[in-house]
Amino acid sequence: MLEYGTRIVAGVTPGKGGQTVHGVPVYDTVKEAVDKHGVVDASIIFVPSRFATEAVYEALENGIKVIVVITEGIPLHDELKFVNLAKTLGVSVIGPNTPGVISPNECKLGIMPSHVFNKGFIGIVSRSGTLTYEVARELGKSGFGESTVVGIGGDPITGLNFIEVYDMFLEDPETKLVILIGEIGGDAEERFANYYCSLSKRKPVVAYIAGKTAPPGKRMGHAGAIISMGIGDYYSKRKALEEAGIIVVDKPSEIPGAVKLALKHV
Amino acid sequence: MKLYEYEAKEIVSKYGIPVPKGRVASNPDEARSAALEIGLPVVIKSQVLVGGRGLAGGIRFASALEEVVREASELLSSEIKGEKVEKILVEEMIRVEREIYLSLTIDRYSRTPIYLISTLGGVDIEKLVKEHPDKLLKLNVNPFTGYKSFYSRVAARFLELPFESLNTLDLIMGAMYRVMLDYDAELVEFNPLALVKGGGLVALDAKLIIDDNSLWKHPGLVEKYSRELSFYEKKARELGFSYVELTGDVGIIANGAGLTMATMDTISLYGIKPANFLDVGGGASADKVYEAVKLLLEHPRVKALLINIFGGITRCDEIARGVVRALQTIGFSKPIVVRMLGTNEEEGRRILNEKGVQVFSELEDAIRSLKEMLEG
Repeated sequence: MLEYGTRIVAGVTPGKGGQTVHGVPVYDTVKEAVDKHGVVDASIIFVPSRFATEAVYEALENGIKVIVVITEGIPLHDELKFVNLAKTLGVSVIGPNTPGVISPNECKLGIMPSHVFNKGFIGIVSRSGTLTYEVARELGKSGFGESTVVGIGGDPITGLNFIEVYDMFLEDPETKLVILIGEIGGDAEERFANYYCSLSKRKPVVAYIAGKTAPPGKRMGHAGAIISMGIGDYYSKRKALEEAGIIVVDKPSEIPGAVKLALKHV
Repeated sequence: MKLYEYEAKEIVSKYGIPVPKGRVASNPDEARSAALEIGLPVVIKSQVLVGGRGLAGGIRFASALEEVVREASELLSSEIKGEKVEKILVEEMIRVEREIYLSLTIDRYSRTPIYLISTLGGVDIEKLVKEHPDKLLKLNVNPFTGYKSFYSRVAARFLELPFESLNTLDLIMGAMYRVMLDYDAELVEFNPLALVKGGGLVALDAKLIIDDNSLWKHPGLVEKYSRELSFYEKKARELGFSYVELTGDVGIIANGAGLTMATMDTISLYGIKPANFLDVGGGASADKVYEAVKLLLEHPRVKALLINIFGGITRCDEIARGVVRALQTIGFSKPIVVRMLGTNEEEGRRILNEKGVQVFSELEDAIRSLKEMLEG
């Protein structure tokens, strides 16, 4: 992230305070870091799942407004609570279980490989990690680039959801079109489709949904990727998105073609 | 992680939720003693984690001791939808006036626990959601303030329950919430919850699903986790990767759940059927990859392997080393096609090419090559 140009001013690891890593000072607590460096804009959390929740609360209670939670495996009820608290405090939580956020050529708060992303006008919002890189690469092959890429994470509970990120893209002058990368499980894609229909002003969307061949009732890697209780199957998502006028592609390599098509209708 | 009905009932009854009198039995003799203790007639229920046991003949009735023994023996030596029946639950028969659906689960969108309530008890929730949404009441719970008694009054009105049932419903709904929090549950479901004469409510069936990410908090439950997994799923879990058994004949390995699903979906477009979902996760070591490849090479149904790696924190050379080690140990019995991109891809490619493994940059080129190999 430092190589990319992200201004990381401090690191926090209990017990390692006083050390310096890649020129960045390390503190034992977030409070010390904030006291020393002033209000920071964001925090990125790599803490293991058993302790990540505490780290999120520490960030929240020290006034940090954007928190990227890379960690996978955080207990469900912990996520429920801190995401709800973040909402009431007006804090944006990105993730959990996310590769992070990147605005090519500007800033990277995450673990994604930089070379795959190029500056452009396409916003990406995704539940996946490496699949997002795949999509970005396909875009790059056709000369398209990204304004900002947001991984909302693969867990059933996410901080920002598709709707909230899309709203941000609507406000973003750099973004002309949005790519939504979804998966089986939950109804986030359906809710997005519904929201999209209700808008009078909108930017075109192209979608890809992973998990067409996933069997019901089985968790496909991601905690949120499970078809259960009658919710979350591929066809329901595809139908909802298509009925809303959103192009849904069958495979990642079809995305650039769909983007060209969607831009024509702008 | 799913709990068996008898385990779920043991837990909820401790919180005061009424369940039928019952005892677990692992052999026909125990079933017989249970029936004697409880009193005939009894219901005999297979304890399996698979759904739809009723329609599959997994629930029997008996009004005489010999019947109990006979039904119990039959069930205990059978399989319900591929799952062996190791235990049965022998319960008193309850005289039911009405069946209700009541569950507490998680609403992803609002990020809150949510009660689902319906007058159509005994109907699968999938059917309720899809076909009778008007008969389903949803009550969100604020996770900071928790369950409040007035929720049960709203539910009772919707269900048109008699006045005598109000207190019991309040007790049940409150207890469900505490169970959910204490056990880190994703789902607490009573389907059906029976209304009996006099206004009582009894949970005829109980389902409890624990959040997998919270199992470490419940030492007593952790050991039970692998029982719902198949042989290969169990092995995969021990080795540290996500694995789901499918029905096809081409093994899939990728890094990242979304990418793995996309790989499965894309090869299906080419008429190839995936044998499994296997996600080695981020930053996998050569050892981990070796185990994954070995697992699939030794899988009887797998005829060929497709490996799709897009390395971010995952290093392509590590992946390559793992693949090569597996091939050297098991042999080149099954064709392997690799698509590899990302961190250290040149080194990874070199290592694989040296051993005669084809490496592609484009997924669909890899799939086409695989298809040719399978058809050739």
